[in-house]
Amino acid sequence: MEREPEVRPLVPDIDPAAGTAVAAGSSGVFKLDRRDFVKLGAMAGGGLVLGVAFPRGLKAWETAGDAEGADAADAATLNAFVQVATDGSVIIWMARAEMGQGVLTALPMLVAEELDADWDSVRIQQAGADPHKYGRQTTVGSSSVRNGAWLNLRKAGAAARAMLVAAAAKRWGVPAGQCATSKGRVTHGASGRSLGYGELAEEAARLSVPADPKLKDPSGFTLIGTSPARRDTPAKVRGKADFGADVRVDGMLQATVVHPPRFGDAVGSFDASKALAVPGVRKVVPISAGLAVVADHTWAAFRGAEALEATWKDGGFGMDSKAIAAELDGLLEGSKAAVARNDGDVAGALASGAHRVQARYVTPYLAHATMEPMVTTARVEKGRCEVWASTQNPQGAQRVAADVTGLDVSNVDVHVTFVGCGWGRRGSVDYVRDAVETAKAVGAPVQLVWTREEDMRHDEYRPISHYRMQGAVDAKGRLSALDARVAAPPIGVQDGRGRAGEVNRSAVDGIANSAYSIPNLRVDYRYSGIPVPTGYWRSVGPSQNTWVMESFIDELAHAAGRDPVEFRLELLDGEPRVKRVLEMAAERAGWGKPLPAGRARGVALVRDKGGRVAEIAEVSSENGQPRVHRVTVVADCGIVVHPNIVESQYAGSVIAGLAAALYGKITLREGSVVQGNFGGYPLLRMDEAPAVDVHIVDSREDPGGVGEPALPPAAPALTNAWFALTGTRVRELPVLPQA
Amino acid sequence: MARFTLRVNGSSHPVDAPPDMPLLWVLRDLLGLTGTKYGCGVSQCGACTVHMGGNAVRSCVTPVSAVGRAEVTTIEGLSEDGSHPVQRAWVEEDVPQCGYCQPGQIMSAAALLARTSSPTDDDIDQAMSGNLCRCGTYDRIRKAIHRAAGDGKEG
Repeated sequence: MEREPEVRPLVPDIDPAAGTAVAAGSSGVFKLDRRDFVKLGAMAGGGLVLGVAFPRGLKAWETAGDAEGADAADAATLNAFVQVATDGSVIIWMARAEMGQGVLTALPMLVAEELDADWDSVRIQQAGADPHKYGRQTTVGSSSVRNGAWLNLRKAGAAARAMLVAAAAKRWGVPAGQCATSKGRVTHGASGRSLGYGELAEEAARLSVPADPKLKDPSGFTLIGTSPARRDTPAKVRGKADFGADVRVDGMLQATVVHPPRFGDAVGSFDASKALAVPGVRKVVPISAGLAVVADHTWAAFRGAEALEATWKDGGFGMDSKAIAAELDGLLEGSKAAVARNDGDVAGALASGAHRVQARYVTPYLAHATMEPMVTTARVEKGRCEVWASTQNPQGAQRVAADVTGLDVSNVDVHVTFVGCGWGRRGSVDYVRDAVETAKAVGAPVQLVWTREEDMRHDEYRPISHYRMQGAVDAKGRLSALDARVAAPPIGVQDGRGRAGEVNRSAVDGIANSAYSIPNLRVDYRYSGIPVPTGYWRSVGPSQNTWVMESFIDELAHAAGRDPVEFRLELLDGEPRVKRVLEMAAERAGWGKPLPAGRARGVALVRDKGGRVAEIAEVSSENGQPRVHRVTVVADCGIVVHPNIVESQYAGSVIAGLAAALYGKITLREGSVVQGNFGGYPLLRMDEAPAVDVHIVDSREDPGGVGEPALPPAAPALTNAWFALTGTRVRELPVLPQA
Repeated sequence: MARFTLRVNGSSHPVDAPPDMPLLWVLRDLLGLTGTKYGCGVSQCGACTVHMGGNAVRSCVTPVSAVGRAEVTTIEGLSEDGSHPVQRAWVEEDVPQCGYCQPGQIMSAAALLARTSSPTDDDIDQAMSGNLCRCGTYDRIRKAIHRAAGDGKEG
């Protein structure tokens, strides 16, 4: 993912002195008058329009997995717009990508709840890229609800409601306090009068925004906490939801890209004759990433790409997986380290421990393998560029298109399609560049689709990580010391991110900041510059680090002859919410109760991105391989906006975590990725998917992340159960490496 | 290049295509039926599943020349308005997350139910294990198939 540039806020562009934007104290809600929202574009229907700014306000550990380099958005940047139109419809303009996590449904619910809107009249409009309108738009880090939207979308709803009530009260000549609202109408009980929001919207727009709109007490919620039908489902079951490759533009050609097989190589020479001999192939165009094959249809482009003959300029990288492993192991033994955490006296506690364990752990490179391969459509003509992209990062798409075309970003329109899984991969815009460069080169609109093989071999992988773990348990059977060394390339190594001597937060996230109180704790990070591209992978650092941490905690518990749940519970006195999910998971899964012969349970937990999740897996052995029958998930993610979506996100995260644990591994041979498709890089299939029982703790805390935190504990719950069943400790993933 | 007349979703479509062009790309790029998805190109993910003569096939490895006069049904033709029992069950169980694989999942499920009106979990495993879902919606897919079958096993 490229760095976010400074985001220029909208508000200063509108002159407050001219009275066009009215700030509402510290509420983060601003009124826009007609001139402004016409200027902002496309908000037909008039009425009342409020802009909403999302503050950040996250604790450092909560952002640890988010994009590094932080977030330039500030309280003066409007992130969403709420319009109460004169026809009574409520339109919410949101700049978040829908990639299955349910933002198109959950975010409007926040506004509708406080507005007392008629849910059926609420529409959400997917916004295009515009840093001036929306601040930072990247959809990452399980952040869409918890980052500011939770508070300020509700405030926007409450402010609009108060203004509509004030307008009605004024018209009727009654105190506002005598008016009530429900389902998009203001009513005055005493006189039986009633007006729809649409009828009041213009009058409301002339009133000032309340400085501190009163929010409902959560006990009064009638929409939040329920599960209305997802807004995106009807289109998705009919094949009518347009993903990146479903965009159709007049005169559009189809293209695909061939990258140099080895990382760091470049195009040397190429002979297009065989590619051009494929019926339907029109052109072969060199682009920054490699060679683009342009054709009348996708099949011709793919066949042309196979037929293309090229030589590549050697970039000097030719490592294979064995050499990479050796380099990382060497770093673990070396002395160059950046200390992420150093509490107490680790050396002393290790020396005096009653039980001492040392282990080497290894996690592999992982591909994202989203079902929808990378794809973008671009049109460059008449001083404008239009981009249709399946992206988590529309502003990145806008900037890269501006860079390629030399246009100002204001002349680049980005349309965000449905995203066929994000997983962090679509925060990068390399594939957007491919399409824009190709469209520019051929002078026609181009849709550029990567083949699955290019997608898997030119991903930005979850970094490979090697660990040396040491720990000690004291005579009372309590964890007394943990010493963790992590050797890994940083995320974004290909862009020069990270360096030796500097802690990479993602690389230690989940170990240096686990939920446990460990009196003597040392964690260090050892930088590797191995130039295999690395990126954000769903749940980021904790996706691999939690596996190591929770496996090693399990090892220590067993070394001390302790029950793994009890051993963990006594380390969680400082984290009552985590403690509670662990206790509940143990109870619901029947921890300690007998199982049928040949089955065993394993436990793991995480505190990540505002979610607290404990999981217990029930596993047997089939032909010497683990079979997961059931995973019990207990999660505290604060107040739940839409329980059905949360349940689906958590169940899906478990499947994802198990797929990675069982099969996920990208290997290198002479600088190229070996795996090219789902044969070599399997995902979990229906017949392997366990039942997942998700229990969400009733909580009054602010919402936490939902899209990621249930992923990290799945792998260690599985391998800890495998240990309980077989006595074999898995210390290198995946459990079942493919040939 | 050859001329084929395909029967797709109840009507005839003449297309000019190389004989080895997979049905997937004929549907998507020549007929504009983009509901059927590309995921792997080698019959490993099932995103491209359509019905040919009532059977679920992977259109990414089905050459257009092999279609002949068989009736092809895509997700767009499964029902006029999303009212096929499988589509309704998918809505009721809120199956899709990102949704990319779901047209293929739905076509596989519809073919299963057409020949096995009340499938067991094993039947479902067999019929559906060729369809990958990266979001991990398998639990709900299973429930939705039971719901569509009306067998009361959706739990």
